[in-house]
Amino acid sequence: MAISRAEVEKVSLLARLLLSPEELDRITVQMGQVLDYMQLLGEVDTSRVEPMAHAVPVCDVLREDAVRPSLTPQQAMANAPSSDGECYLVPAVLGF
Amino acid sequence: MIGLTATELLARLQSGQCTSVELTEAFLQQIDRYDGHVRAFLRVDRQAALQQARAIDRKRQAGQPLGKLAGLPVAVKDVLATQDDLTTCASRMLANFRAPYDAAVVAQLKAADAVLLGRTNMDEFAMGGSTENSAFHPTRNPWDLQRIPGGSSGGSAACVAASMVPLAVGSDTGGSIRQPAGLCGITGLKPTYGRVSRFGLVAFASSLDQVGPLAQTAEDAALLLEVLAGHDPRDATSLNRPVPPYHALVRQPLQGLRLGLVREHFAEGLDAQVEAAVREAIRVYESLGATVKWVSLPHSKYAVATYYIIAPCEASSNLARYDGAHYGYRTDQAAMLAELSAEQKELKKAGSPALDDLDSPLVRLYRRTRAAGFGPEVKRRIMLGTYALSAGYYDAYYLKALKVRRLIREDFDRAFEQVDLIAGPVAPAPAFKLGEKIDDPLSMYLFDLYTVSTNLAGIGGISIPCGFSSGGLPIGLQLQAPPLEEERLLRGACMFQQATDWHTRRPGLLAAVP
Amino acid sequence: MNQPYDIVIGLEVHVQLLTASKLFCACSTRFGQPPNTQTCPVCIGMPGVLPVMNAKAVQLAVKAAVALNCQIARFTKWDRKNYYYPDLPKGYQISQYDLPLSHDGWLEISDPKGRVAPRRIGIIRAHLEEDAGKSMHDEAAGRADSRIDLNRAGTPLLEIVSQPDLRSPLETRLYLNELKLLLGYLGVSDCNMQEGSLRVDANINLHVHTAQGKVPTPIVEVKNMNSFRAVERAMEYEAQRQYEHWQQTGQRLGDVSKQTRGWDESAGITRPQRSKEESSDYRYFPEPDLVPLTFSPEQVEQVRNSLGELPAALRARLEATYGLPPYDSDVLVNQGRALADYYIALAETCGDGKLASNWVQQDVLRTLNEQQATIDKFPVPARELGEVIRRVRLGEFDTARGRTILAEMLASGQPAAAVIQGLGITPVDDSALDELCRELLAANPKIVAEVKEGKLKGAGALIGQAKKKNPNVNPNRVRDRCLELIQGM
Repeated sequence: MAISRAEVEKVSLLARLLLSPEELDRITVQMGQVLDYMQLLGEVDTSRVEPMAHAVPVCDVLREDAVRPSLTPQQAMANAPSSDGECYLVPAVLGF
Repeated sequence: MIGLTATELLARLQSGQCTSVELTEAFLQQIDRYDGHVRAFLRVDRQAALQQARAIDRKRQAGQPLGKLAGLPVAVKDVLATQDDLTTCASRMLANFRAPYDAAVVAQLKAADAVLLGRTNMDEFAMGGSTENSAFHPTRNPWDLQRIPGGSSGGSAACVAASMVPLAVGSDTGGSIRQPAGLCGITGLKPTYGRVSRFGLVAFASSLDQVGPLAQTAEDAALLLEVLAGHDPRDATSLNRPVPPYHALVRQPLQGLRLGLVREHFAEGLDAQVEAAVREAIRVYESLGATVKWVSLPHSKYAVATYYIIAPCEASSNLARYDGAHYGYRTDQAAMLAELSAEQKELKKAGSPALDDLDSPLVRLYRRTRAAGFGPEVKRRIMLGTYALSAGYYDAYYLKALKVRRLIREDFDRAFEQVDLIAGPVAPAPAFKLGEKIDDPLSMYLFDLYTVSTNLAGIGGISIPCGFSSGGLPIGLQLQAPPLEEERLLRGACMFQQATDWHTRRPGLLAAVP
Repeated sequence: MNQPYDIVIGLEVHVQLLTASKLFCACSTRFGQPPNTQTCPVCIGMPGVLPVMNAKAVQLAVKAAVALNCQIARFTKWDRKNYYYPDLPKGYQISQYDLPLSHDGWLEISDPKGRVAPRRIGIIRAHLEEDAGKSMHDEAAGRADSRIDLNRAGTPLLEIVSQPDLRSPLETRLYLNELKLLLGYLGVSDCNMQEGSLRVDANINLHVHTAQGKVPTPIVEVKNMNSFRAVERAMEYEAQRQYEHWQQTGQRLGDVSKQTRGWDESAGITRPQRSKEESSDYRYFPEPDLVPLTFSPEQVEQVRNSLGELPAALRARLEATYGLPPYDSDVLVNQGRALADYYIALAETCGDGKLASNWVQQDVLRTLNEQQATIDKFPVPARELGEVIRRVRLGEFDTARGRTILAEMLASGQPAAAVIQGLGITPVDDSALDELCRELLAANPKIVAEVKEGKLKGAGALIGQAKKKNPNVNPNRVRDRCLELIQGM
């Protein structure tokens, strides 16, 4: 098995997911299978290969420094789960 | 009018043989009849569609200039933002999200005077190949309602296959247009990366995502692609290259076509009936004057592993924004705080050191929100991607995958020195049954083996119907072309369709629906 | 100051670039607007929208990097730094990780008071990134929730990371002063700490001298310093604290993981800040929505040629051209390019560089301080003031009268000539002065006698009388002429 349940639990915090014990069990097995399969890549010699992060070799796409109107706070926060009309509200960020 | 191609319908609209309102009503009727069974749509906005149709009819009557799709109904995958309307990505997370902007392609459809008929179902956030991962309901294959339509653009493929709409827009990150098109017996094209603007396309894996057309024929796909394609300054990865008049060119056959067959495609894992249909399609091309040549894509066996590292890594980051803070679903805050304080009490009572590690209210809000807002496949991919990018694993997984990605691209570059198009299967087997692979992610991922390398390489690909299984399920042929050779793909597909009639077959099953 | 340790400090400075719009969208970067009035789908991180690079931000960043003597990368790319925080709406910050825009530069610091020798401080890298929004928590109001304002989210920042080359709190402040000055001269940033357009984090540890050689202590990152003075104080406090901590625990570098501490300005101490281990796993990877940037040597050369005169060169020029001592050139140049330009015009008009410098320091800067204004708001043009100083230099009137004239020019907004005329000031020629002095001596035989006995003090009374008779006379000239005449008697 390529990954332990404890590791999966750690990753779930990093990913800000909360997994039930059953989900943790299931996902540990499934991730293990998939990661095992990924080991296939180990047989490819990539020592002289540059990584390819973009599908097309385009560079230097820039826009002019021009201001355009912003959304109003009402428009910006129309989808907000919680706001006071001026700001988004979230549980206290202290003690993060 | 049902059963005619978009090109034929457009001619009728232009000649005044029918109005857009009549056309829209006819397709709405089809939806009424069949979509209760197929469930391709998440939402159909009857009133808005008819209103658009009326406005276009009026424009036509008044002799005003009209867009390229004037009066034609089009369905749009629910992954493309539409201003002030819902854009859900078939996720609970965005069930009530209304974007204050139009996706570039939605704006282009509107400018082309298309009638936006409704929003189609999909795998949640475009993650999946069966449309079973929709948070709302699965979509069924019109050829066999027990089977999946493919995915993630399963809704867009099924609604075209069931003649509920002549044209649909989908997105393709690892085969999400081509595979459902293949499984539903229609035509679907994934353009070169950068050919179509991604602005307003809700990101799954940004370096792989492309928007493209689904239609009955290559000719229709050309019509729609002409509207979708083009440069957009709001997408830095969009290519600033002229858009050829695909629709005007599509019927010209490719002279002296050199067709490549990939040795690695005809190996283990390929269903015998699919292989037979594909080989038969190659013979059709030969009969049309094409020369066939075997080529090798030596790294194609690594494509699935490469793809299922890169795509989840990007996805884990792209989906980080869904945390309940600024928009979208948020868990019940009071319940969350109650849960947390109960846990705290318990840990205190037990004197457990785990008390120090207990989530803060903010972290717990994020975790509960995301746990309830995402479905299992999305969570799986977020977990995979987060893991593969995390400290200590980055080089072994993500960086390794980026390097193999380059090798895959170089394989294509070499192959295209010898051939004009590569032909092969689009999926290893016809559509499977609902639920068949739902608990086996790896086998689900392996179903993508012929499509993912197109996205990794950033090139274009098209899926066209090339036969049926003994059980009457459609089989698709995939053509792949060098970057920005959509015209070649479309003409290559169209010459096949001029010689065959697979693309004209419609699911008989629907006739049985009362 | 024989401390038993060396202090080792490296700084991470974030400065906001002076662009009109944000780094990746067209929202304004203006400071101090009502919350959430400068946001759009891009900087809110809404689904499907995409970032597009601001050309001006790139240009300013390259300018700063070249001026900091950095190597400009031929190829640079963007990366995502992933972490969850409500002021970071996308769940990642677009930054630069392994291929920054620039690297390996230096900034020379010097101290006009000569406390430290001029020295080059190494720059590890300078790279571009986007700012986060602001989260506000008002504990006093008893509010349970924090409020999030995204106006600042997406503002372009240049992060400038120094080598751990700074050896004292004073050097740290000198480095910050010089950096701020340089960026101001370049028009890259206004470096206003109050408005958050310059932020400093410091990494500090000690190399304690022991019989076994120098022992490095664990590195501490200090945050929350809101002024350069605060940085200096925090470094002073932290060095002392770390030394005491070392004496107590003997902890060396590597024994414990890096600690983050926050500076408490009112208490004058640093306090540990809580951070979870997992939160530092940023999972950097290349930003797929943005394409890389390239710079040719020609482009870099072009930027280099467009930099103009930088503070160090300007100081040298002022010293060479106008004979200024280093202290003066430092004061003038440190006020910014506009003031230095004002000074130069003044010096050219009046014909005496040191005299012009005195006037700037004693009169112009004082006025600006009183009015909390900058030189571009100073109502007296350099040519006008320069003319007044020139006439002071020529002895047409004394410094005090010159000041009166300046005050009147400031008050009335009138040009020098009109003010001088209005005050009834006309030059007193030599024969009129001579006549006046002779009258005074004739009327004051007692004083003449005293002076002859060597009691020069009495001459002061003559000056007072002379001013009553003719306010335009130059007291020094009266005194000199009177003494001359007495001597000849």
